[in-house]
Amino acid sequence: MNFLTNLISGLSLGSVYAIIALGYTMVYGISKMLNFAHGDVIMIGGYISFILTMYVGMNGWVALFIAMAVCTLLGILIERLAYRPLRGTGSLAVLITAIGVSYFLQNSALLIWGANPRVFPSLFEGFDTIHAAGGKLTIAPVSLFTILANIIIMIVLTLFVSKTKAGKAMRAVSEDNGAAQLMGINVNQSISLTFAIGSGLAAIAGVLMCSAYPVLMPTTGAMPGIKAFTAAVFGGIGSIPGAMIGGLILGIIEIFSRAYISTELSDAIVFACLIIVLLVKPTGLLGKKVSEKV
Amino acid sequence: MADRLSKSSSRVLKNVVKGNEYRKEALISYAVLVVGYILLQIGAATGFIGHNLQGQFVPICVYVSLAISLNLVVGISGELSLGHAGFMAVGAFTGVVVTRVLEQNIAFAPARLIIALLIAALTAAAAGFIIGIPILGLRGDYLAIVTLAFGEIVRNFMNVLYFGLDEKGHLKFAFNHTIDGIDNSQRIITGAIGATGVTKHATFTSAAILTAFTLFVVLNLKNSKQGRAIMSIRDNRIAGESIGLDVKKYKLMAFVISASLAGMAGCMFGQNYSTLAPVKFNFNTSVLILVFVVLGGIGNIWGGMIAAALLTVLPEALRQFADYRMLTYAIVLILVMIGTYNPAIKARISNIADKIRPKKKKDKDKEKTGKEAA
Repeated sequence: MNFLTNLISGLSLGSVYAIIALGYTMVYGISKMLNFAHGDVIMIGGYISFILTMYVGMNGWVALFIAMAVCTLLGILIERLAYRPLRGTGSLAVLITAIGVSYFLQNSALLIWGANPRVFPSLFEGFDTIHAAGGKLTIAPVSLFTILANIIIMIVLTLFVSKTKAGKAMRAVSEDNGAAQLMGINVNQSISLTFAIGSGLAAIAGVLMCSAYPVLMPTTGAMPGIKAFTAAVFGGIGSIPGAMIGGLILGIIEIFSRAYISTELSDAIVFACLIIVLLVKPTGLLGKKVSEKV
Repeated sequence: MADRLSKSSSRVLKNVVKGNEYRKEALISYAVLVVGYILLQIGAATGFIGHNLQGQFVPICVYVSLAISLNLVVGISGELSLGHAGFMAVGAFTGVVVTRVLEQNIAFAPARLIIALLIAALTAAAAGFIIGIPILGLRGDYLAIVTLAFGEIVRNFMNVLYFGLDEKGHLKFAFNHTIDGIDNSQRIITGAIGATGVTKHATFTSAAILTAFTLFVVLNLKNSKQGRAIMSIRDNRIAGESIGLDVKKYKLMAFVISASLAGMAGCMFGQNYSTLAPVKFNFNTSVLILVFVVLGGIGNIWGGMIAAALLTVLPEALRQFADYRMLTYAIVLILVMIGTYNPAIKARISNIADKIRPKKKKDKDKEKTGKEAA
């Protein structure tokens, strides 16, 4: 039963990674850049939701929606001000700018909200912990909700990308930027939309993560950001189902190595697994192998 | 295909012919180092440079060395590396252990430092070789993530690593728990706390000599047969392969040399502090070094050196802004990146530069284009 409990918390952590990884993978797919500031958008989402529930006294769910709206705007703003001027100048310049944005967000949070860790009020306080199989199996409600949220997000996003006009435009832009523009697709709008969706999802991930691990600091988003980025690469960067599978596997590996091998070495094991996967499949689990044309 | 091939091979040929270009680059790079060293020494002697900033002298040299060595991978070999701090950590902790062991046997401190630097170079090179093998199959951003993963793995291992000396002076180590039979005073490395009670061996002069050595290695490599092979692979991998270059070998060569140089710099860094925690070598440090390289102009060695020195001093110089200094740093970084890389701004700057530039060179350019047209 211990195994099952661990599996569920692994799936729950993995779901958080998967939701964050979606932001990475979509942005990478459409603009071929590693958005290192993505992890910090999670932190901003967490703080906004925290302030609204603790100081304004809002309902947690309303606060979540406002946090999503703010992060969506923030994502669009970041893309417009910092990344768009550098579009088409090679990935390294944009990468460093993304790192600059990440420092900016972290230090802004430090100035506004201070360095002290805050205890985040769980979104699911009203729900009881579920005991099953004679009390041996305990499931936290936040785990169930996180897994559920992940599944819903995946279904909605897959439908959006494959069925709607805006989603198809996004796919076209990530396939071939120039050709898409010739077909009359507004490339700028598609990229903005991608950043908006990714950042909105980051807010959800932030609130879910802080509900499960209730410590909120300006650097809260950094490590999950790196892990989610790893998850995106694990599943094949640019692929939406890849992000989900990568996130879930990463979460399960992390929880299991924490439970059965070593708490301190869990990160090392996660990253070692990534290296092994890339050795076997150089473009990740579901990544497309692009053959080089001469 | 033929067009790209000829373009790339002509670039290789240009590299060979333009020996002058290399001499110029080497001259500027060494000049930057020597002038910087002299200025800082004068500043310290006359009291113009405060005590706080004087404490930054060794880190400045270390970061300049790291920028040079990372430039070998990012600029010359053309691969993105996000785990340079990992090699630095390997070198730093090797250095700490080696100097502590040698303290009983060798009385002359500089000799201990030199031996520690050499062993640190070897261990970091070994680490670079191990992580370099998976690199062979990977391209671009996938490679970047592997180096990132490597950096995190190293830091994680340092968190559970314990080193100590027993009564007989033998070196002992263990993972994940304290070592039996060794009291606190004989501990060298204690897990997440890191190394404590390190005897500082680094001085500004020795650090500057290390920087000169790093510069010497990288510049000479760049201006050698191997260096030209590495650069031609960067410019066009397929063209390089087609003229019989062993792509994997050259890429690995650049990576391992860069790693061992980073290990030496890390060793010097570790010898500058009495305590050294693994947290120092996290992802942010790797990124910081990358920022130096990109800001200085990728592949431009002296540009990276200046960027490293300025950006190491900047947070110290911004101290009067207290809480706002990291925020200012972030804004400066973003603005500088947009200012130097945005095509519209770049064009405007080169327009202005054209107007300022003396007429002579312009005429020369015209002559050149005229000849080509003819």
